[in-house]
Amino acid sequence: MESPLVTALALLSGEDPALMQIIGLSLRVTLSAVLIASVIALPLGAALALARFPGRNIVIVFFNALMGLPPVVAGLLVYLALSRSGPLGSLALLFTPTAMIVAQTVLIVPIILSLTRSVVEDLWAEYSEQLTSLGAGRLRAVPTLLWDGRVSLLTGILAGFGRASAEVGAVLIVGGNIAGHTRTMTTAITLETSRGNLGLAVALGIVLLGLTLILNALAWSAGQWARGRLG
Amino acid sequence: MGAGPARMRPEGALRAGILPLRLDGVGYAVAGRALLSDLTLTLRPGRRLVILGPNGAGKSLLLRLCHGLIQPTSGRRIWADGSARPASQAMVFQRPVLLRRTVAANIAFPLALRGIGRAARREQVARTLERFGLTALAHRPARLLSGGEQQRLAMARAGAMAPEVLFLDEPCASLDPAATRVIEEMILTLSAEGTTIVASTHDLGQARRLAEDVAFLHRGRLVEAGPAAAFFTGCRSPEARAFLNGDLVW
Repeated sequence: MESPLVTALALLSGEDPALMQIIGLSLRVTLSAVLIASVIALPLGAALALARFPGRNIVIVFFNALMGLPPVVAGLLVYLALSRSGPLGSLALLFTPTAMIVAQTVLIVPIILSLTRSVVEDLWAEYSEQLTSLGAGRLRAVPTLLWDGRVSLLTGILAGFGRASAEVGAVLIVGGNIAGHTRTMTTAITLETSRGNLGLAVALGIVLLGLTLILNALAWSAGQWARGRLG
Repeated sequence: MGAGPARMRPEGALRAGILPLRLDGVGYAVAGRALLSDLTLTLRPGRRLVILGPNGAGKSLLLRLCHGLIQPTSGRRIWADGSARPASQAMVFQRPVLLRRTVAANIAFPLALRGIGRAARREQVARTLERFGLTALAHRPARLLSGGEQQRLAMARAGAMAPEVLFLDEPCASLDPAATRVIEEMILTLSAEGTTIVASTHDLGQARRLAEDVAFLHRGRLVEAGPAAAFFTGCRSPEARAFLNGDLVW
């Protein structure tokens, strides 16, 4: 039997269509989830940083705790909501890529939200007097602080991407790992490993690692560039 | 601002002024400790008032209180237009906070907050850059400017808002003499155009150069207030005299 690494390299160089399909779906699901979660969590995190209301500390602790939400639990919650008898059952989304996007969004909103809150809170401590003086109230300060904190916020978004691309539990439960339909890199690795089909598993592992590495390198360079360029 | 002559303060003509500002027995206490007490002072339009006093006298607090960044815990702060915090005022801090964007974008920011449209804003930014000699720096990131350039930008940003009153908190405290002179010239320019100036300093030389009126603070109390000439030639209180003589007042 050939070594798994050799098989993996052969698969990758051959641009196996099934493999490419799995990689494409993984990227589509995770990037969509990161985008949707950012749109939700960046403004909410900033609002939570500036707002003062009773119970604020409880909300902060709640979202901090959710950063550690086990993916299988997130998957279970979305499964319950989307299953035939669930509140959103009529949408017939279970075992579709959309359901996987929803599950990963639920998983990473708390991460991006909590990191945004922390970044914006620090920035507000520095900016509050000046922004008030210039005529920006708390609400109007939100987009300004998000924009001025953009380099640090990128780190939070990346953490979200890392979590979503690495998790297997949530997409497995709500996606079902259906070949050619909802099979992602992580669910495929789980399946192929248990089947003893190590070549494909290793190939997918290499791609997953490589993508994460490239994305982090890009983000890091962007951050360095921005620090030099914007101070 | 497409047609018609460009005016320095397009709203000024339409609106009754916000000055004088009257402080009536104003005090500010934190946790029962009085940091400012029983201050009665009137800021008259068109004047340059310098708030003098040693460190910790309450100069910064007084400016913040006038500007509306903090609220008096006793007494009243009364603007002539009756509003709680008029928009036509600006403040330059000892350490200005510049946004992480270009010089031009920093000047545009408060104009956008005031609802000035994109085209008018661009024109106003260009004119402000030109007036204060910042055109060459327009596209530089503000955070990477030198200390003197940053303070010039903070002055220009405040000036672009065409405020009726400009508060300055030790605007030159961390600057070298050359940069200080540039800032003082900007202050005098804005003053000549009719902006009321209220500046704090512990630098007597600067006070002599800028002040028409002086208010001398000591330990959170207003010890003396009046025309600068009279203050520098014959102040009445022993605290002010000691301060002018260069004794260490505490």
